[in-house]
Amino acid sequence: MNKLELAKMANEVRKGIVTAVHSAKAGHPGGSLSAADIFTYLYFQEMNIDPKNPKDPDRDRFVLSKGHTAPGLYSALAHRGYFPVEDLKTLRKLGSHLQGHPCMQHLPGIDMSSGSLGQGLSAAVGMALSAKMDGKDYRVYSLCGDGEIQEGQIWEAAMFAGHRKLDNLVVIVDNNGLQIDGKVEDVCSPYPIDKKFEAFNFHVINTDAHDFDALEKAFNEARETKGMPTAIIAHSIKGKGVSFMENQASWHGTAPNDEQYATAMADLEKIGESLGGAN
Amino acid sequence: MADVKKIATRESYGNALAQYGAEYPNLVVLDADLAAATKTGIFKKAFPERHIDCGIAECNMVGIAAGLATTGKIPFVSSFAMFAAGRAFEQVRNSVGYPHLNVKIGATHAGITVGEDGASHQCNEDLALMRTIPGMVVMNPADDIEAKAAVKAALDYVGPVYIRFGRAAVPVINDNADYKFEMGKGVLLREGTDVTIIATGICVSASLEAAEMLAADGISAEVINIHTIKPLDEELVVASAKKTGKVVTAEEHSVIGGLGSAVCDALCAKAPTPVCKIGMYDVFGESGPANALVEKYGLDAKGIYEKTKAFVK
Repeated sequence: MNKLELAKMANEVRKGIVTAVHSAKAGHPGGSLSAADIFTYLYFQEMNIDPKNPKDPDRDRFVLSKGHTAPGLYSALAHRGYFPVEDLKTLRKLGSHLQGHPCMQHLPGIDMSSGSLGQGLSAAVGMALSAKMDGKDYRVYSLCGDGEIQEGQIWEAAMFAGHRKLDNLVVIVDNNGLQIDGKVEDVCSPYPIDKKFEAFNFHVINTDAHDFDALEKAFNEARETKGMPTAIIAHSIKGKGVSFMENQASWHGTAPNDEQYATAMADLEKIGESLGGAN
Repeated sequence: MADVKKIATRESYGNALAQYGAEYPNLVVLDADLAAATKTGIFKKAFPERHIDCGIAECNMVGIAAGLATTGKIPFVSSFAMFAAGRAFEQVRNSVGYPHLNVKIGATHAGITVGEDGASHQCNEDLALMRTIPGMVVMNPADDIEAKAAVKAALDYVGPVYIRFGRAAVPVINDNADYKFEMGKGVLLREGTDVTIIATGICVSASLEAAEMLAADGISAEVINIHTIKPLDEELVVASAKKTGKVVTAEEHSVIGGLGSAVCDALCAKAPTPVCKIGMYDVFGESGPANALVEKYGLDAKGIYEKTKAFVK
């Protein structure tokens, strides 16, 4: 996909997020929207995956360590062809394969169940280690929240990944600056995030999470980095794309009502038009 | 039983891993800086490239094992029971149990026979914790033969398994040609008519001794070895309880949530029977030699004999 196509797809992914969370009357739109471009880049450009063969042992893997942003992952998977986009409306409903947090038992395409913060990265490290042990060349990606990295287990995993020189592992930190209780720097500052990962023997790249040229450059640099894992600190806007949700901690885990949903979709339609309509 | 061979089940664990390493190329072993104590060092010596020392970070170790399992490996996660089941409980629950991954947890140094290290390291709660996780198999072998068989059974079963091993040497009681191990099946070791003693782990050999002492007093005790706490062999437990009408449970674990509770759960539904639970009575252990602690807390043959006698009377 070219950059314009990626931007258009990301906008569709955002519509899916807002639609799913509105339908569920619960869920986490803020961090799903901030990571929408990252989900889109990974599933439509970066990763070696095939929706028709979701268990291919040689596929690239993705672990959503910040599992509460499942609506973002689900929307990307649906648009990529893992399941019908229409299913997004079943999010969090009884009997749905779209659980509140990702469940690999329920949905092909989910490489690891996650949601309890801090745990996903360890599983991603295990997958990357397995590839190294077997001489396989698949790559492993894990998305963490900037609030999530307050969990100590993240740094246990980072220490191990750096120690084992897992250069097939890419950790992406969705640095939207907000968590449930407010600004990450006010709650319990994780900054400087880049210096911390550097200290754990990672190659660190700071990038704009909403610029596909920047994302391409970052992921290519990660791919070329040998002998150490890469951490991409993706500077993002929480709620990106929906005017009234942007940079508002209150939209971390709140669903829009009908009126707000209409406004959100109108915002995204407008963005879509500015990009020249659908792909 | 003075001339009986004694081996710690943690030693059996390390030996079994090394023994099956060649037959199971996907077997990998993870440890958290305790390879000398958990005995995974024996496996490391034979298969260094498949032994992963995670450093002192048990929660991460469990997560790494989960990731390895998603790629087809059969990881055995090794640490003391306190840390494997205790510290990493939520990782075991959410990263292993919930996705039902093929991770095996080899937890050593369980119970008070940890000895001198004291209560901080004496885990009497692991069986209770692990039993509550849906889909988790929980085993507590009684001796060397059973411990090795449990490792083999875990290797052949697809899904999460918790196996509890001890630090102190215990008598080998299953060293006979027709010994057969079946996960989820209890073993009737001695038939009796007055009372059923259902034991697990180190309390199995002690219960056999206690049954001898009871016999001298004219009390006929049936002894059942439960090496698999979950799934529990309810059929055997219920049948024996119906036969004798009185049940004693014996375990090196809290009386809350372990074997005793599992037996009561089964009996209250299918054959209400008076039960005397022998175990740690909602207390922490303390430092001391393992045998002295077992005696003090009444988990040896004498303790089981005395409590059973008083209960049957």
